[in-house]
Amino acid sequence: MAEFRLPKNSRLTKGRHFASASGSSNVRRFAVYRYDPDSGENPRVDTYEVDIDNCGPMVLDALIKIKNEIDPTLTFRRSCREGICGSCAMNIDGGNTLACTRSIESVKGDVKIYPLPHLPVVKDLVGDLTNFYAQYASIKPWLQARTPPPPDQERLQSKDDQELINEPAACILCACCSTSCPSYWWNSDRYLGPAALLAAYRWLVDSRDEATGERLDELEDPFRLYRCHTIMNCTQTCPKNLNPAKAIAETKKMLAERKY
Amino acid sequence: MSLRSPLGRVLGLGTAKDGTSHWWGQRVSAVAVLLLGLWFAFMLASMDSFSYTAAVTFVAAPLNSLLLLLLVVAMGYHSYLGVQVVIEDYVHAPGLKLVSLILSRFVHIFFAVAAVFAILKIGLGA
Repeated sequence: MAEFRLPKNSRLTKGRHFASASGSSNVRRFAVYRYDPDSGENPRVDTYEVDIDNCGPMVLDALIKIKNEIDPTLTFRRSCREGICGSCAMNIDGGNTLACTRSIESVKGDVKIYPLPHLPVVKDLVGDLTNFYAQYASIKPWLQARTPPPPDQERLQSKDDQELINEPAACILCACCSTSCPSYWWNSDRYLGPAALLAAYRWLVDSRDEATGERLDELEDPFRLYRCHTIMNCTQTCPKNLNPAKAIAETKKMLAERKY
Repeated sequence: MSLRSPLGRVLGLGTAKDGTSHWWGQRVSAVAVLLLGLWFAFMLASMDSFSYTAAVTFVAAPLNSLLLLLLVVAMGYHSYLGVQVVIEDYVHAPGLKLVSLILSRFVHIFFAVAAVFAILKIGLGA
């Protein structure tokens, strides 16, 4: 059956509290999910008080400040700090987003930070994305064409054709969408999820690609594609404001179009 | 514990090359149930009495029999497709899943055929 309750060794316990030492009056509390696989203990939620007057504006700034100044054991992924690498995707204030583009100011009350939902947790805020990346690889995210490229230039594309792939190609594979999708929670072993399907769509509508039929063949499956029940969490949560739900709907339309 | 590669696991048994007719059937039957349901609700609202004889007279009228038959068949089909998706979503134990899918099919066919039989019995005046 689908899992509606966390397994015993995943249930949260109360963690430690780190009071602010700065004496500043402008202090925010960060409640952060902690899990250390080596300790054998259940995950816990630690709370940190952070002096906001001496901290950058984004949630990632606070996490880096906590790691540098309060608790060096806190583990999370981050790289570009400007919303293009997708590394710092996590669940902040109940929604999946990038820590580097979510401002502390926009969160009311304690800032609750958890790893992306329904992934095996490697440590603290780091989820295991092995399956997610394998799903991306499975849709063959590269150009497939039988026509050889022109010998002296690139494969050309009209401006209108470029417009079609502009948005889906802007996906940064942060996994916010897929891990927000209940259908993906229950069936991520067989359902490709919104991120991989958005990537598949990006190649379906690429005017230079000549494998549209084969790509649709590979997607036409009750689980790979049709587990999408138009819940739309993916579109609501996407930190890049992309629309995976629409891409999936367009893919279903293409499949219906070639059949009926 | 398996050393199979992540890509190998994702590719699994390959694609079923199916699902479009299921998806399309669900939408078409939804439209049918919507239209026939509206008709049925309207007819119920405009009935003077809900006595046994009034109900039998209503079902026995040829157009009503026909539309009621279409309604129960469309509803049965739509419900069967929907329940199948729910089972596939939530029931993962292989044996239980298979049994649930078969049971769901039997139950849906049973009730649809029973409803068709009842309507025909009244409609044909037996």
